[in-house]
Amino acid sequence: MKLGGWGRFGAEDTALTAPRDGSEAAEALTRGPVIARGNGRAYGQSAVGKTTTISTRNLNKMVSFDAKKGELVAEAGVLIGDIIDAFLPRGWFPYVTPGTKFVTLGGAIAADVHGKNHHIEGSFGQYVTWIEVMEADGTVTRCARNKNRKLFEWTIGGMGLTGVILRAAIRLRPVESAWIRQTMVPAANLRDAMRVFEANHDATYSVAWIDCLATGDALGRSLVMLGEHATAGDLDVTRARRPLAIPPKRKLSVPFDMPGFMLNGHTVRAFNKLYYWKGCRAEGESLVDWDSYFYPLDSILGWNRIYGRKGFLQFQCALPLSTARDGLTALLSAISEAGQGSFLAVLKRLGAQDSRFSFPMEGYTLALDFPATTSALALMDWLDGITLDHGGRFYLAKDARMGADTLRRADPRVGEFAEMRGQKGRAETFQSVQSERLKI
Amino acid sequence: MNIPGPVLILGGKSDIGLACAHAFAAEGHPVWLAARDAGQLEAAKTDMALRHGVEVETFAFDATDIAAHEGFVDGLPALPSVVICAVGAMGEQLDNERDVAKAAQVMRANFEGPATLLGVFANRMEARGSGAIVGISSVAGDRGRATNYIYGSAKAGFTAFLSGLRNRLAGAGVHVVTVRPGFVNTAMTAGMDLPAKLTAEPDELGTAVLNAVRKGRNDIYVRRIWWLVMLIIRNIPEMVFKKLSL
Repeated sequence: MKLGGWGRFGAEDTALTAPRDGSEAAEALTRGPVIARGNGRAYGQSAVGKTTTISTRNLNKMVSFDAKKGELVAEAGVLIGDIIDAFLPRGWFPYVTPGTKFVTLGGAIAADVHGKNHHIEGSFGQYVTWIEVMEADGTVTRCARNKNRKLFEWTIGGMGLTGVILRAAIRLRPVESAWIRQTMVPAANLRDAMRVFEANHDATYSVAWIDCLATGDALGRSLVMLGEHATAGDLDVTRARRPLAIPPKRKLSVPFDMPGFMLNGHTVRAFNKLYYWKGCRAEGESLVDWDSYFYPLDSILGWNRIYGRKGFLQFQCALPLSTARDGLTALLSAISEAGQGSFLAVLKRLGAQDSRFSFPMEGYTLALDFPATTSALALMDWLDGITLDHGGRFYLAKDARMGADTLRRADPRVGEFAEMRGQKGRAETFQSVQSERLKI
Repeated sequence: MNIPGPVLILGGKSDIGLACAHAFAAEGHPVWLAARDAGQLEAAKTDMALRHGVEVETFAFDATDIAAHEGFVDGLPALPSVVICAVGAMGEQLDNERDVAKAAQVMRANFEGPATLLGVFANRMEARGSGAIVGISSVAGDRGRATNYIYGSAKAGFTAFLSGLRNRLAGAGVHVVTVRPGFVNTAMTAGMDLPAKLTAEPDELGTAVLNAVRKGRNDIYVRRIWWLVMLIIRNIPEMVFKKLSL
């Protein structure tokens, strides 16, 4: 069948199989090369197999929970949203969550996802205690920081290229409520936004929506959103009665592909102006429920269809602290000059991270998407170049079009990654359409 | 406040049975899972208890062992509030045509066994004056087709049984729901090339069953489009239908 990524840009022929247990998964490996696929939220072809794609949809059981340590053991196909549904009512929340709750545990480990707290609490992998990986020969290896350490470190952020993640243990965070105390800080331009990030380094959560079409003095104008888990004492009487519950919300969905021309420089520019203005009026503190705070887009099911049939592309890079301001200025200038920005642009301060192949590095990350057009593809090549010039790196979970050379120039770790892939039949057994394109 | 009563799932290992179980467990109902091999239900039991914080118990039973039905029901901790029968086996049509024993087995697993067992629950719920019975039947029972009429005929029998039971118990406080799921993305249909718009996910079905029980709906398809599809299929004149390959 034809299978693609969340961006719906390009689809490839692959056989999709959904094993129900380890032995069925091992059998699927013989129909390789294979790659594991969670809930299909990677934007490009990270989880589209060269020949066979192993869906973890049937490996979705929770196995045990240790309430003393806050440690959950679950199969790879369990969604972050399932974990929240099950454990928030009991006072637990994932330590790290990406911008959608519709990712699987296996996918979160493979992409070593980060969240709004990366600057102080790190990436998803930090809270993984152990992982069970099915290796190329079909055997299952349990790995952890003190056991089969290399496999553990390569698997976190390894994009499924070390083997099939079958189950894992992760630690959850104790919380007193389902609410976030949000502080909205408007920033008039990039310099201002970075100043707000640096001044609020001790905030648990921080992220900025950035108007990537603003120019001149307003280049990089942003709304920085800081957040803290609300304590029981932060809630009013009504909410305090059931601190771990939030009122049910209406779900919207995009039932069909919107015509591609709906999104253009004019509509996006108008939206961004309005959004910034609204944000400025909302300056200060407010109480926001967890779902709206962490997953604003999840409330619109199938939002990826607003870009129309041709799909869209996401660009996300990380720049080191030393070059971040220059690099971001160059990136934003290129984007606004091309007039191609989207309204889903995000700027975030990242903390230090030392890992084998994960995306985050100390500095800033910029993420934004474009409707999939030839001019957007050209712009993205340009953005790649700017990123390389400033010593930056790219997020593979978002990539759908980068060239192998670009990756090699951006990331010296690729060599060691390839060496690891050369061992134990990994490179022959585990391949995605993306890994083939990037030659990793 | 009403305490949600226990829900018994017959065929608790099946994707459809489990989806129904999750839907009710999420609403706080204790769940009793029953399957031929109760040992195979352990992972599902742990998962369900962790996710929903409800009591989950497992039981062994064989739907085709008709003589054991009364004993199985006697052995439950109580008469459940809701019983959902997701027992079924499709087999291979070609095998079923050639092998009388296999055909008989399919008929027993989809009609005779489930119907007689639900009959036992019906009598006891009638005596109690409350309860809900859900039978997972199939659109295959709406009209026999060359490609699966052994299975389809058994489901047709089951559908007729459920409608008769509903009629009988209408004044007795016991509600009977017939579910004709259409295509569902389950182990039974794995590897089949199913049209996406006609194919429901198991959790869609679970929610539909929960709503049907709560709202007292009688006979449901999971995706509404199936109502139209089956209306057309049922109304094709036989002289045309017999020549079609569907």
